[in-house]
Amino acid sequence: MRLIPYPPGVIVGGEVIFKGQDLLQISEEEMRHIRGNNIAMIFQEPTTSLNPVITVKVQLSESLALHRGLDKETAGQEAVKLLKLVGIPDAERRVEDYPYQFSGGMQQRIMIAMALSCNPELLIADEPTTSVDVTVQAQLLELINNLRTQFGTAVIIITHNLGLVARYVDRVNVMYAGRMVETGSTEVIYGQPKHPYTLGLMTSVPRLDLGRKRKLSVIEGLPPNLARLPTGCAFHPRCYLAIDRCSKERPELEEVGENHYSACFRSQDVKK
Amino acid sequence: MASASVATTYTVQEKKRPPFLVDLFLRLVREKPLGTVGGVVVIILFLTGVFADVLAPYGYNEIVLADRLSPPSARHILGADNLGRDLLSRIIYGARISMYVGLAGSAIDVAIATFIGLISGFFGGKTDITIQRFVDAWLCFPSLFIYLTVMAILGPGLIQVIMVLGVSSGIRSSRTVRSAVIGIKENVYLEAAKAIGAQNRRILTRHILPNVMAPIIIIFTIAMGGMILQESTLSFLGFGIPPPIPSWGGMLSGSGRTYMLQAPWMALWPGLALAIVVYGINMLGDAMRDLLDPRLRGGLGRYSGVKRKMPKQLSQA
Amino acid sequence: MAGNNHLIDVENLVMYFPVTAGVLRRKVADVKAVDDVSFFIKKGETLGLVGESGCGKTTTGRCILQLYKATAGKVLFEGKDLCTLHGENLRRARRNMQLIFQDPYASLNPRMTAGDIVGEPMVVHGLVKSGEYKEQVAQLLRMVELEPRMAVRYPHEFSGGQRQRLGIARALSVRPSFIVCDEPVSALDVSIQAQVISLLMRLREELHLTYLFIAHDLSVVRHISDRVVVMYLGKLMEIADSDELYANPVHPYTQALLSAVPIPDPEVDRQRKRILLTGDVPSPVNPPSGCHFHPRCQRTGDECREQEPELKLVGNEHWVACHRV
Repeated sequence: MRLIPYPPGVIVGGEVIFKGQDLLQISEEEMRHIRGNNIAMIFQEPTTSLNPVITVKVQLSESLALHRGLDKETAGQEAVKLLKLVGIPDAERRVEDYPYQFSGGMQQRIMIAMALSCNPELLIADEPTTSVDVTVQAQLLELINNLRTQFGTAVIIITHNLGLVARYVDRVNVMYAGRMVETGSTEVIYGQPKHPYTLGLMTSVPRLDLGRKRKLSVIEGLPPNLARLPTGCAFHPRCYLAIDRCSKERPELEEVGENHYSACFRSQDVKK
Repeated sequence: MASASVATTYTVQEKKRPPFLVDLFLRLVREKPLGTVGGVVVIILFLTGVFADVLAPYGYNEIVLADRLSPPSARHILGADNLGRDLLSRIIYGARISMYVGLAGSAIDVAIATFIGLISGFFGGKTDITIQRFVDAWLCFPSLFIYLTVMAILGPGLIQVIMVLGVSSGIRSSRTVRSAVIGIKENVYLEAAKAIGAQNRRILTRHILPNVMAPIIIIFTIAMGGMILQESTLSFLGFGIPPPIPSWGGMLSGSGRTYMLQAPWMALWPGLALAIVVYGINMLGDAMRDLLDPRLRGGLGRYSGVKRKMPKQLSQA
Repeated sequence: MAGNNHLIDVENLVMYFPVTAGVLRRKVADVKAVDDVSFFIKKGETLGLVGESGCGKTTTGRCILQLYKATAGKVLFEGKDLCTLHGENLRRARRNMQLIFQDPYASLNPRMTAGDIVGEPMVVHGLVKSGEYKEQVAQLLRMVELEPRMAVRYPHEFSGGQRQRLGIARALSVRPSFIVCDEPVSALDVSIQAQVISLLMRLREELHLTYLFIAHDLSVVRHISDRVVVMYLGKLMEIADSDELYANPVHPYTQALLSAVPIPDPEVDRQRKRILLTGDVPSPVNPPSGCHFHPRCQRTGDECREQEPELKLVGNEHWVACHRV
């Protein structure tokens, strides 16, 4: 999204290819266009992402006018339609309200409506449900899921909630200390994890379906300091499989199955 | 990632911080050049005040009629006034008065502000409402009006000036302390203290007071400049410190004004001294406020030095 | 309900927070945070308390510890009513019951060293003299798997998980018999959560503690609790043995709540029935009539709108407040 504030954040290298175009190479002007029209983002805290002193209608229609070039009248009508789409009851009336008059879940719905206002092809959801209750979380994810099938939008969900990933996601990238350590389809990642960190995560979360006698496995230690990463594999100080090589050499992603990659020298020894 | 969270996550391995005040001083020197200049001005003021007897070439009331209105010369570096008193000596002794007023006044200010602010902010409810209406009423009067009235009743004098200025501005600054206390009351560690069974006295002294030190230091520094200026105002108007004690404000008024055209140095030097000192103190106060900004509550520990602690590869822009 | 092996008995607990308005602070309404709630906690067990935000679970915990003065009802600690205690008596009673907080960042005074934080409760209760608790603090730190030399550090020098351990050490320092854990792991990283949960469980065994474990994360509650209480909008919905509740939830709200939590295993999760609730949790200022859950319930009938359901026994120690069971 190129939204990392500068300074301090600098994208040091690499490519971000969106539909064949490297987003890191294009101008700010073109990027702004893409941000509005092709890629949209929703954030963890809806309360701070919405402007508190402007009505929902104005915020939505502003975005619509900007990206779709609608006039004020149609933009207003479109805003109501969007609110209905994301399941806000009594949309005609509520569109005149200010963000604080909505509950957290409803605000997140408004955020989704904002994101949809430009028919994005890609929706990035950064911890979209961390600040809302479980039953509302389920509603929001169902909503995102329905919109995805309805409009064919690709969705990236950034989250620490393993359950949510299992339920709603097709493919998973597991990241640790700034690097991708494993990637594959959800079934494979949960069924046959091939990286000790992934396995550790899976077995360290309490599960609803397993009794309380189950002992949680514990990943010892703390996540590392990003300024002073351990040498070699960043996970090796916390890893139960670590060998000498892990502290000297950095493992690259290697194919361990069909469309399944793991960055670990001992990926074959990782057993559930 | 937001810079703050980078810092919070990884201060863990950082080496131990020096104590609060030492750390504050180091950061002042390192990060705030203008504030450091202000600090130097304040130190010069204090040194001058403390060692006035040694520094001053003449006594502050040593009258040499032959030197009346003499311009700056080798004998009187800054000249002499209408009674033939050495101006440099009077400025130096005036520094002592300014120091007294600044320090004692601010100390009274802070003491009263802390007391009222803590009580009002901590107990809240009816206590708070009653105290705050009183403070509001106090704020309605123009401060000069209060000063003049009280000084007219008490009569001029150094101690009277300090008391009046200190008490009056203490009541004003209690609002700052109060809001800081209310902000800190939101913190869960106060509930934690209550939950372990701590008494109110303990909560106030061990948990709240150390955490409002930042605004208190800010109040202290900023008040100092105001005190010195207001003392000068009062002395200028003849309600402050009576002659012959040399107060910069007093030197400006009276004879300073009368002889302005014949001996401009009589008004120039005290005015200049006053301006430099108050400017310096204000610079210091601003720097302190930046370093201890109450918005970064608990800041000195948690958010400070974000810049220094940025991961290397990120800060190389 | 008194007698036997109950450590805590909560009887008809009511907690209203007045909503005031205008210059005169006239009361215009009440936030009915906890509305007529009764349950007990047996010695040595962990009682889980779950619900969504605004259900009153945190308030219940605070009322038990007398951090809030309950509007009505009783909280019996070993048969003695805590709500009638005041001043010095209450302060002394606090020694037996401690609290572990959700936010490990906010609940530690940033100007105190770890050692002073952990030692303070002992000083407050006169167990040690001020400044003479080094040995005890070292022992407590070891108990929560921190190093004694860390005692001189300030809270900002610890990570989130370590801070939570400090909070636990502080609670343990006066050797309480009962600890309220208010969302103790929800602010921590996933990999750190397991460490803290395991620590809490180990300490319970070693020190024979009784926990009231408040959380919104049903998986965590399931893992640590012997019995579970489900609350919704200030009311009790269901109480049961933990295994029983998860295997056989009876209340429609409990069912929906459980089904909303995905299981981190796609194979298992796909086979579960999903119940999607509509709407948000209503405001506790103006809760719905009758059963508080009826506007979102799929099995609502007339009596749900009109009459408040009583807790009914439906199995072994399994109570449910629903007309439709």
